[in-house]
Amino acid sequence: MNKFFSVIRNWRVGSTLALTFLVIIWSTPTVGLLITALRDRDEAAATGWWEAVFNPLGQTWSIDSFAKAIDGGMLNALIATLVITIPATILPLVIAANAAFAFTFIQFKGREILFASLVALMVLPLQSALIPVLKGMVWLKKTFGIELVGNYASAWIVHAAFALPLAIYILRNFMMTLPTSLIEAARIDGASYYQIFWKLIIPMSIPSIASFAIFQFLWVWNDYLIAFIFVGEQKAVMTYKLLRLLGQYGDGWQTVAAGSFISLVIPVLVFFALQRYFVRGLTAGAVK
Amino acid sequence: MDDLVLGIVAIIVGVAASWGLYWLLDFLVRLLPEKTQEKLRAFSFLLPAAVLLIVISVLPFFQTIAWSFFDKRAKEFIGLENYVELFADENFLGILLNNFLWVAFVPAITVGFGLVFANLANNVGPKREKVMKSLIFMPMSISFVAAGTIWGYLYDYPPPGRPAIGLLNAIIEAFGGEAQPWLTIDAGRLNSFLLMIVVIWLNAGFSMVMLSAAIKAVPEETIEAARIDGAGPLKIFTSVIVPQIRGTIMSVFITTVIGVMKVFDVVLAMTGGNFNTSVLGYEYYRLFFVESNIGGSAAVVTILCVLIAPLMWLQVRTARHQEEIR
Repeated sequence: MNKFFSVIRNWRVGSTLALTFLVIIWSTPTVGLLITALRDRDEAAATGWWEAVFNPLGQTWSIDSFAKAIDGGMLNALIATLVITIPATILPLVIAANAAFAFTFIQFKGREILFASLVALMVLPLQSALIPVLKGMVWLKKTFGIELVGNYASAWIVHAAFALPLAIYILRNFMMTLPTSLIEAARIDGASYYQIFWKLIIPMSIPSIASFAIFQFLWVWNDYLIAFIFVGEQKAVMTYKLLRLLGQYGDGWQTVAAGSFISLVIPVLVFFALQRYFVRGLTAGAVK
Repeated sequence: MDDLVLGIVAIIVGVAASWGLYWLLDFLVRLLPEKTQEKLRAFSFLLPAAVLLIVISVLPFFQTIAWSFFDKRAKEFIGLENYVELFADENFLGILLNNFLWVAFVPAITVGFGLVFANLANNVGPKREKVMKSLIFMPMSISFVAAGTIWGYLYDYPPPGRPAIGLLNAIIEAFGGEAQPWLTIDAGRLNSFLLMIVVIWLNAGFSMVMLSAAIKAVPEETIEAARIDGAGPLKIFTSVIVPQIRGTIMSVFITTVIGVMKVFDVVLAMTGGNFNTSVLGYEYYRLFFVESNIGGSAAVVTILCVLIAPLMWLQVRTARHQEEIR
């Protein structure tokens, strides 16, 4: 028995060492970029960032590159990204929660087939719809003067539509675990489905709503294609700006590094703060 | 600042409007006689979702397929010409090869890393497990564009005569080699593989989290029984744990395959599709935004959809299967 425990202990030390090694490899690329963002311009062009790690006191540290990235429009891009992301997270949640409620608690004809098509839609690449939707929005503008393209609203709508299948799927999977007896009891007490949904189901579904909200928040925040096509340059989001910064060679890695850092600080914070819910959302679909 | 105000107003108006919309739908349904009510009840909850999905994703999808048989400006019907042109083009065949390589390597390696991470993390004790898992998982929250920057810097090639500030070339030089412009080297599709590393780096955390949850759900007794029978750790892993988490392995694999089929942003950020690194997702973008070729880009998307269709079927089946377990 003693031998068994010593094997376990050795396992633990070995695993810790191996995992630490892998974690270091996994973090190195990000750390390198962040250190570069904080270094002096000339020094960063002359030596690798690891020199600064080995000799932190012999370095000139500076935040000039952040100032430069902000001058280059990163702050406006941050605001644009926020304004796109938050409504594009809330809108699909409201719509999906209603639909998931119907799929879970209301019997209707064709429910199974509709739900299967929804699962199939989860796989559809969003590129398959973008150009017709863009043309449609341009047509709306020409015919009725409704200006969607170039405005945030277009991105909200498109993001909402493409989030629906997964959102309905995750929320329904969760709602199916709620006790039906509770709903039946509420029905007998004379509550309408509408009341049951808002007063009973929504409060009980908060964990899955949080899961999807974080998932969608990160997805929209990090999206490039939809923001590029529908909102474009006037209200450029951060992925858009970052790509432009990346294209400006001769400027060194400084500004790009600071720009990347500005673009990833919010999602990373959200991620670390709410990781639990995010993981729950991811596993909701795949692990029973 | 105006944008910020606009955003806040939009949130308030949007939430109020959607609440009002559902209230209105419910109200209208309740005006109807009892029997019709019963039939239309689901309808009042489903209508907005259905409208949005049909208008923004289903109908445009069919429109895209239709346009793939039309010319550049989507005006004139030209039959299969777009497809014939694509398959006669050597570049496009190279793109298909790239997509094939992505699908052949990335999902399997991602699952492999996920398994290694999950197993190691399960052995290090809860506190360390939490910290280390977070660090490996963190790239999931980064955009492909930011990841492209991070790795572009790692692969950086200095102008001749300048010191290597990219980690990869610095390591090569430390071992006496010569700095290379890595992302331009397409011999053996080396540059495509370098892009794949970025996506593996991003996705391994997802794979780890899913597999770790599955491994934790494996009943302790089955492992204990194997241990009493004298099975070593490796044997326990391959013949006790893996068979029990096969479902999760499959689902991580499929999810990654689907993601990799549509890969686009990484290629755009790191090589701009140059040096033979283009993929279907990028070719679609290039044909539409650079060449203004609607028919051609529609054909590329249609091919992508045809390739993804079998996965759709798998996904539906997995979802059904999960419901049966429940």
